[in-house]
Amino acid sequence: MTDTTITETAVTLTIDGQPVEVAEGSTIHSACVEAGIETPTLCWAENLTPVNVCRVCVVELEGSRALVPSCSRQAEEGMVVQTGTPRVRHSRRMVLEFLGSGVDLSQADDLHHWMKAYGADPDRYGDEDHPVERVEEPVKVQDELYIRDYSKCVLCYKCVEACGDDAQHTFAIAVAGRGFDARISTEFDVTLPDSACVYCGNCVGVCPTGALQFKTEYDLREVGEWRPEDQTVTRTVCSYCGVGCNLDLHVQDERIVKVTSPSDHSVTSGHLCIKGRFGWQYVHGE
Amino acid sequence: MTDIYLGADRATDAEAAAVDAALRSRGVDPVVRPETERLYTSGTARRRERRHFLLPALHALQNEAGWISPGGINYVAEVLDVPPAEAFGVATFYDLFRTEPPAHDGDTFHVCVDAACQIAGYDDLAASVRAAGGHVHLGPCLGQCERAPALFVQGAGGRPDHVPADDEPFELPQAGDESLRLLRRIGVADPESLESYLAHGGYRALRRAGEMGAEAVLEAVAASGLSGRGGAAFPTGVKWRAVAAETGRPKHVVANCDESEPGTFKDRIVMEQDPFAVIETMTIAGLATGAQNGWIYIRGEYPLATARLQGAIDAARAAGLLGKDAAGTGHDFDIAIWRGAGAYICGEETALFNSLEGFRGEPRNKPPFPTTHGLFGEPTAINNPETLLNVLDIILEGADAYRTRGTERSPGTKLLCLSGKVGRPGLYEVAFGTTLGDLLELAGGISGNGELQAVLMGGAAGSFVGPDSLGLPLTLEDTRAAGTTLGSGVVMAFDTSDDMTDVVVRIAEFFRNESCGQCVPCRVGAVRQHETLVQMQRRGSLSPARRALIDEMAEVMVDASICGLGHTAASAVRSALALGLIASAPSR
Ligand SMILES: Cc1cc2nc3c(=O)[nH]c(=O)nc-3n(C[C@H](O)[C@H](O)[C@H](O)COP(=O)(O)O)c2cc1C
Ligand code: SF4
Ligand code: SF4
Ligand code: SF4
Ligand code: FES
Ligand code: FES
Repeated sequence: MTDTTITETAVTLTIDGQPVEVAEGSTIHSACVEAGIETPTLCWAENLTPVNVCRVCVVELEGSRALVPSCSRQAEEGMVVQTGTPRVRHSRRMVLEFLGSGVDLSQADDLHHWMKAYGADPDRYGDEDHPVERVEEPVKVQDELYIRDYSKCVLCYKCVEACGDDAQHTFAIAVAGRGFDARISTEFDVTLPDSACVYCGNCVGVCPTGALQFKTEYDLREVGEWRPEDQTVTRTVCSYCGVGCNLDLHVQDERIVKVTSPSDHSVTSGHLCIKGRFGWQYVHGE
Repeated sequence: MTDIYLGADRATDAEAAAVDAALRSRGVDPVVRPETERLYTSGTARRRERRHFLLPALHALQNEAGWISPGGINYVAEVLDVPPAEAFGVATFYDLFRTEPPAHDGDTFHVCVDAACQIAGYDDLAASVRAAGGHVHLGPCLGQCERAPALFVQGAGGRPDHVPADDEPFELPQAGDESLRLLRRIGVADPESLESYLAHGGYRALRRAGEMGAEAVLEAVAASGLSGRGGAAFPTGVKWRAVAAETGRPKHVVANCDESEPGTFKDRIVMEQDPFAVIETMTIAGLATGAQNGWIYIRGEYPLATARLQGAIDAARAAGLLGKDAAGTGHDFDIAIWRGAGAYICGEETALFNSLEGFRGEPRNKPPFPTTHGLFGEPTAINNPETLLNVLDIILEGADAYRTRGTERSPGTKLLCLSGKVGRPGLYEVAFGTTLGDLLELAGGISGNGELQAVLMGGAAGSFVGPDSLGLPLTLEDTRAAGTTLGSGVVMAFDTSDDMTDVVVRIAEFFRNESCGQCVPCRVGAVRQHETLVQMQRRGSLSPARRALIDEMAEVMVDASICGLGHTAASAVRSALALGLIASAPSR
């Protein structure tokens, strides 16, 4: 009765002809990682619940009419999965191309390698006489902490998840509108200072495209002084309270330019509060 | 005091009163509960407790003020415990809700611009409404395609919604036809009278089901070979049995009355003219599956059907045919109606659950399926009303007798929505296996110039067939083999004078507008597909590269989209290209 030992059962599936064993409940994506097969992801993150909306991670599953999202589909005993077929490559390429045709991916660094690998050409839609619709919005600079540039937003829902159920439980932002007009927004698009936002910066921490950006980074980029290659990262423990959050201080020219937290850290899962995230100004005596 | 952050805007007294009335009518006390009481439950569970009243509350705000104001959102957010950003996200999902103050304080006249109304000249209707000073909103199919061009009047200032055509007397084209099964009470029994329904055999099936017991009902439904009429043709017996097998959690029966597939109006007529049959068959579904909670999710543009269903529910409940020990079957079952607010995608079953629960109508990934994780994450049997109606005959005459109609693999009869260029547009019932040509003859043949150019089968999500398909037997198996579909029963005819490029460009625009926006293949693909067709229309031709691009876009939408909307968004377009209805025609 009181025996609560969890026995971990393993399942074996075949990926690209190779047998892979993973713990029951693992996703196809983690089985791919296990097998050393690189898979693009965009809306998935290890510290968030999968929303499986971007579809860049799709794979071919024997017996399934459509492709399936590897990031959320659980691995089952005997599954036969293909990750490199023409169908898979086509869908991944088109997803990347569609995204690039509609928003500014210039700072979505993780995607550039995949766009090249799949030969995505976002410029082949429309022509001079028939420009395609793109998301074009002015950058929202409403405070000194972070900016929002939704012309770079791929609607991966990560910020919404981080602000809501998955971390912060503040629910300051949500998806509003429908279809191509859908946008991440506060109620009636009020400014962040007028919204429920508590400036934990967790949404910024998970944004994969630079649509959400620390003001320090944004300002440096604006003047062409953002130089990640010249930055050092120092791990420390936040000194504000006793919880013990790990902080990664990104330093450029002897100044802290942003603060992150490792997403695999047992305390934070990558998420912080306003003090750890933005409370470093005092280091520079500001 | 609430722990939800609210801005400074406050609701007007009228807005607050409208919301309060909507909540009270659903048994909810519209008070903000004190923090101590909220702490019994926590987090998301607490937020969900009242969340499904969000849609009715937003309807109340929209109807009262003509828009959903920041103060109104804050009021609803506080009473229902929903963060205002999320309530705004929900409100902006629906076409019938406005989140900017209206420029006029009158009603809104929704005019349909989809295919049947396009070829019937919706622009003339819109012009005449405008000339009379009405505020026109052009939008998708209103489910009145047999009386195109169609109009729906959305009330403001507390005035009710209204469909002018509902004031005309209703007549079924096949009235008096002895072979009618599903439609046999229409025009015969009074839809507003329980006595009349009972006098025409009503509630015999439920009583019989009560005597048979759940297991025997499940067996009969499975043996009948009944399959879903909402579009996906899934075997109803399999679905019901899966729900019946679930134990230990509350279970639900949902009637999917969202009917928004362009060209479809069958469910509207059934609900308006035979509402008790929908209620009775839902109760049978509850008995068979062991579900006690019935829900009707009906599209917001159907005020008459909503009123008739509500009338039927109230009358049935008063007569003991709903509620505890419904009709003496020993099974408790009751039904509530939830109104949609203008979103085609909410007919997709999992989007419907999200919408009803007070979230954005975004489809969920499957698996898990509704039979185990449906409404509120609980086991759910969701069916189209036409599917449900078949259960009456299956119970009363038995599966074998039921199977004498139709074909081996498509047993029974089918409701078909005839519109466009036919002599007598309207709702028809024929046995599966009737040919397309015979059906068109039954509906008075091709009108207009009399020369058939094409038929749209299954709606915007279906496909076109040409005049060479008149011999096609209308069954699930034959339509599938011919590469087309019966879908939701749409049969829309076009004569050779109809501009198919206009029609197909509008179908592409429909998907662009109706995509929920959740997944990339459909959110962007539907836009690029529409743009490519507009480009073709302007140029008068389609280059080989653009033609190939349409196929490439279709492939990713079919392969990688989350739901059926994305899967079918290119289907009609590609069939029109294959038939040479567009692109190869000389530029106009
Ligand atoms: C975009 C989309 C819209 C749909 N709209 C409807 C609808 O309005 N009514 C309906 O019954 N089914 C609709 N469906 C099908 C439902 O998802 C579901 O299959 C059906 O309600 C099941 O009932 P049935 O088995 O009785 O057909 C739609 C599906 C999709 C993908
Ligand atoms: S900073 Fe924190 S509270 Fe503010 S929107 Fe981002 S996640 Fe939400
Ligand atoms: S702002 Fe960033 S995290 Fe949020 S949805 Fe857009 S791309 Fe994703
Ligand atoms: S296919 Fe379209 S409608 Fe369906 S989930 Fe994706 S974006 Fe939404
Ligand atoms: S990463 Fe799997 S769907 Fe986005
Ligand atoms: S009401 Fe216009 S096409 Fe259906």
